[in-house]
Amino acid sequence: MNLRVPYPVLIAALAVTVALLFGLSLLTGSAELGLGESLSALFADGGSGGSGGGNVVAIVMQEIRLPRALLALMIGASLGLSGAALQGYLRNPLAEPGLIGVTATASLGAVLAIYTGISAAVPLALPAMALAGAGLAVLLVQLLAGGRGGALTLILAGVALTSLAGAMTSLALNLAPNPFASLEIVFWLLGSLADRSMIHVQIAAPFILAGWLMLATLGRGLDALALGEETAASLGVRLPLLRLLAVVGTASCVGASTAVAGAIGFVGLVVPHLLRPFVGHRPSRLLLASALGGAAMLLLADIAARVLAPDEDLKLGVLTALVGAPFFLWLVVRTRRRLA
Amino acid sequence: MRLVTGLIAGTVALAAPAVAQAADGAAPRRVVSLNVCTDQIALMLAAPGQIEAVSRFAVDPKASVMVEEARAYPTTAGGAEDVFLRRPDLVLAGSYTARATVDILRRLGIPVVEIAPASGFGDIAASIREIGAALGAADRAEEVIARFEARLARVPAAERTLRVALYGANGYTEGAGTLSHEVVTAAGFSNIAAEIGIVGIARLSLEQLILADPDLIVIGLDYDSPARAQEIFSHPALAALADVPKARIAPAHWVCGTPHIVEAVEGLVEARDAILEGR
Repeated sequence: MNLRVPYPVLIAALAVTVALLFGLSLLTGSAELGLGESLSALFADGGSGGSGGGNVVAIVMQEIRLPRALLALMIGASLGLSGAALQGYLRNPLAEPGLIGVTATASLGAVLAIYTGISAAVPLALPAMALAGAGLAVLLVQLLAGGRGGALTLILAGVALTSLAGAMTSLALNLAPNPFASLEIVFWLLGSLADRSMIHVQIAAPFILAGWLMLATLGRGLDALALGEETAASLGVRLPLLRLLAVVGTASCVGASTAVAGAIGFVGLVVPHLLRPFVGHRPSRLLLASALGGAAMLLLADIAARVLAPDEDLKLGVLTALVGAPFFLWLVVRTRRRLA
Repeated sequence: MRLVTGLIAGTVALAAPAVAQAADGAAPRRVVSLNVCTDQIALMLAAPGQIEAVSRFAVDPKASVMVEEARAYPTTAGGAEDVFLRRPDLVLAGSYTARATVDILRRLGIPVVEIAPASGFGDIAASIREIGAALGAADRAEEVIARFEARLARVPAAERTLRVALYGANGYTEGAGTLSHEVVTAAGFSNIAAEIGIVGIARLSLEQLILADPDLIVIGLDYDSPARAQEIFSHPALAALADVPKARIAPAHWVCGTPHIVEAVEGLVEARDAILEGR
């Protein structure tokens, strides 16, 4: 099925959607602030620093709402982009960013930081340990998968690593020092953007941007790979390099995302499927479209979390799965009909 | 006990900045509490009008025993935006579950005092002292502690030590080094979980429960679903335990380390005396 929309029109439409949702995210919060008041406060002086006096509304806009919207944008784009890249590289519709084990190991790093109490003692220990976990995952997956660049070994290595990290996370939950620590671990694992600060943006941004740059170079290789591994190799695509970029790029941006927001599922799986028919099934075109689509979906989910249940701190990971899973089922049914 | 003393030392070290702040002279006047346990201690210690808001759980009878007192104040859902706009000059929080909020509030220059969950009566006194110092109500804190300790000391000793099993949802129990363990010990029971070497929270297997042959089973958790709590006892192997008396203490009474924990102790003493008289 092809729903042909001219590519520039599609990208422009997605970009406008993302921009609108970004603005809407900035206007969503527990405080009732007027449109003009919010927007002028966003650019007012006196928001940063924040000690004592200062402009309260400016501080809320610049220090609380802006980092949340920025993170939703960056993380959503990372998930969409890496989902599209991995589905293209592995030529497997079930591929998603968590597949190569980065999400699970980054989560394990964060869980260990909570479990040992380091996260309470040292402010940035949690994201730092999650990043270390993601870094370790890349090394292990590359080692386990071997140097030839095959897709199958990568999937198997990723699954093994994910299971191992998941088991160790459960073990930490099992041995947690008190019920409050277990609760903190569980909440963290569900993923949330609540009350993240500009520091989180600063931690995540370099890794996320580096990841984007690596994944953005994959387009031509993925198009060739769609014709099969041997054909791609004969077209001059260096598969080991392609895999290295796909794995390291995904690990960098998804690892950093998990480090600041926890594990957020389904975005990386669903968004590429949703947009694939619009780009004529060309993996290279799907990259940018999925990045924008992922950003839009996560911004929307984060807005919904705040609007639907402002008092409950609804977890983002729960919401994306709640929306994502039924949609995915519909996709499965539709695919089945098409094949029948 | 070494674990408990270690924890107390930890909380005292954390209290240092709060004490320094109170020594500056001005007591905070707009205090926001984010945790149902700090809510209750703050409600006991604060001067009229000193509290700006308490957590939304403070007015939930399932979680708090000071619902009436808490109703006098606005509640906060606990997000940084909501808290910040109340312009607090002191925020009280538990040392778990509000980590991101605490980090961002500190970054915005708001003093935050974090209270670790109590794992013994010693911790309760330490938390009260810490919050008292932060609120500029050190004297009142000492009064509350003295009353708490006196009431605890008045708990009548048992003629004979009975053995109790703490049995919560999914078979979890609490052993040495937990607040619940101190509560049952203070009520004159021997905790079977501690007897078999359980430290902290762990599962108590059916075998262990049957072999331990407790005199009383205290069913924890499960707010309003008696069915689920009873389900535990539908296992045929537990028919042997059908006649063992069961007690249920409302979780609100012992989820937090506050002086209200004495009421949990007294409730257990009642159950204890009923068993002793019945035989």
